[in-house]
Amino acid sequence: MNLPSSVAETAALLAAGGYVADPALATTVFLSLSMQRPLFLEGEPGTGKTEIAKVLAEGLGRRLVRLQCYDGLDLAAAAYEWDHARQLMAIRLAEASGEAASIDIYARHFLQSRPLLSAIDPDQPPAVLLIDELDRADEPFEAFLLELLADFQLTIPEYGTVKAKTAPVVVLTSNRTREVHDAIRRRCLYQWVDYPNAAREREILARKAPGVSERLSAEIVAFVQRLRSEDLFKLPGVAETIDWAGALTYLDQTELAPGAVDETLGVLLKYQDDIAKIRGAEAARLVDEAKSVVSPLPVV
Amino acid sequence: MSGVLATNIMHFARLLRRAGLPVGPADMLAAQQAVALIDIGDKTQMRVALRTTMVHRHEHAELFDYAFSIYWRDPEAARQARAMAAIDGGKEQPPEKAPPGARRLQEAFQSPKEQRKPLEDRPPEIEAVMTVSERERLQTMDFEAMSASDIANAKAEIQKLRLPLDAKRTRRLRPDRQGARTDLRATLRASLRQGGEILDISRSRRVTKPPPLVVLCDISGSMSRYAQILLHFLHAVANDRDRVSTFLFGTRLSNITRQLRARDPETAFQSVAHAVPDWSGGTRIGEALAEFNQVWSRRVLGQGAVVLLVTDGLDRDGAAGLSENMERLHKSCSRLVWLNPLLRWDGFAPKSQGIRAMLPHVDEFRTVHNLASLRSLVESLSRPASARDMDRWRNVA
Repeated sequence: MNLPSSVAETAALLAAGGYVADPALATTVFLSLSMQRPLFLEGEPGTGKTEIAKVLAEGLGRRLVRLQCYDGLDLAAAAYEWDHARQLMAIRLAEASGEAASIDIYARHFLQSRPLLSAIDPDQPPAVLLIDELDRADEPFEAFLLELLADFQLTIPEYGTVKAKTAPVVVLTSNRTREVHDAIRRRCLYQWVDYPNAAREREILARKAPGVSERLSAEIVAFVQRLRSEDLFKLPGVAETIDWAGALTYLDQTELAPGAVDETLGVLLKYQDDIAKIRGAEAARLVDEAKSVVSPLPVV
Repeated sequence: MSGVLATNIMHFARLLRRAGLPVGPADMLAAQQAVALIDIGDKTQMRVALRTTMVHRHEHAELFDYAFSIYWRDPEAARQARAMAAIDGGKEQPPEKAPPGARRLQEAFQSPKEQRKPLEDRPPEIEAVMTVSERERLQTMDFEAMSASDIANAKAEIQKLRLPLDAKRTRRLRPDRQGARTDLRATLRASLRQGGEILDISRSRRVTKPPPLVVLCDISGSMSRYAQILLHFLHAVANDRDRVSTFLFGTRLSNITRQLRARDPETAFQSVAHAVPDWSGGTRIGEALAEFNQVWSRRVLGQGAVVLLVTDGLDRDGAAGLSENMERLHKSCSRLVWLNPLLRWDGFAPKSQGIRAMLPHVDEFRTVHNLASLRSLVESLSRPASARDMDRWRNVA
């Protein structure tokens, strides 16, 4: 499928995949697609950074190549590895048949592709490459990425340079558990993904948790939006809002009630200190506020 | 794209550079390219297109938005000069203003998420040597110049620093003839040089490397006489190894990692003195730690960081919130070392509330009886850990 040709088309593409993007994010995604620059997304956990890559892959009809980063991730696990066992075997066989002089042990079929090489493999269909949680990898790994991000190519000393026929769409995400180096940032378009505003969050909830009644989802969003302005150690993300809507539906709740909120706080808040702070009176107050926003004129 | 717009973008990039944003020529070209693709009549698209190409850090976004709103407001040529003046003024104002407000303004530029309570203008605590306002303190806080030999000495001392858990095995490999792992790729390549005959097995071993170090250093009144030596220490450590983050706290927390990165100690100390508004005031350890936990811990404590907390544990707030925040800090780092420079005699009993709140949550408690030199500091920190000492301290507390 062709790349979108305007910001509006990009927003429509994301929306078709169930992703509600704000105008700034849609513009950045559009630019990243048009300029063929990697997209570097930073933001709090649970704000939908990874989801963008998935939706793009689906919307553009491309395969999604995902590289989950972790400490110690190296070239052999991220890019490529030579199949040493087969190389040695090939040498043995060639020797036995007297053709040792003609064997090339660095031929393509001895090269095992890992995500990075697979994403730029000219023999495979175009890809969306998701490099997820780059901050979890250690610094040396970032250096492996530089050539790939700048030119969509990888140089393998024994083999040569592999270059993508169609530039892959590259999405990098980070939760900022470590600052990613400037060299990576320079090669990318940067976007900070923030928590959505109430209207956008309601829209997201309508798409992601369609079984929830309109009234309940409006109250849920109002409650979570208030919760985000509290002094908490870890604020709930959109993913938590969606989970919570699901949890309340399973408990057959049709509107927010302090009791049910207290019992399900663990879906929204993941630290005991935060839960202890909100549970009880504070939760009841937030529920009241949320309700008064949703239906400002109570029927007496 | 029209030449006028291209010129305007160039001027705008220059303005951003003057305001302190690292906007390079490559960023400017990318911005030109981006603007050609979007609808320039739409202000949001224009702003995002420029921001996404010129800004690479979330901290810079707010300054960018401010500059954008000033620069692209009206199309007259004269506004450029005005914009320059406004941005430059905005940048240079902080040192002139009252420190608390200026500090907030500065921090607002760095991280818009931070919310802090205004600092009440209380006089410094009794521990403060002199009763002067914070502002006056700031001006008098200049550090003795370091001679070239001082710097060389400091470097030599820091080389001897051995922190607990210092050599941490990473998952990276390095060629080593005695290594435990065989490196088949290197073996095969070497064999090609011998006509395909494997004569020698190449080996590799894990690389060890010190973990990230986070230093939280108290600069309140009671610690002020050591500020000089501590700063020398911090500067030397920050320049000796990579992955060091440094924070100072008194009544508030300041991240001085970037300032300390200047190679020249005097330049570094000058910018530190400017960036930190609360030299020699009181101490709110609990609040400073709470802020660290909330805003910074997730960003700097990854990958098994060791935290070095330098404080005497004398807290102005009567240890409010100290125990909880120490506990959280302890749980988020791989090792928490507390260095207390105020223990000058062996019969010291940790009676202060702050000390009793903190002791249960540290892995190691180090004391310096006479913090007269960098050497004594390094020696104290490099001593092997003693579990018995730690138990003794905990019992006394």
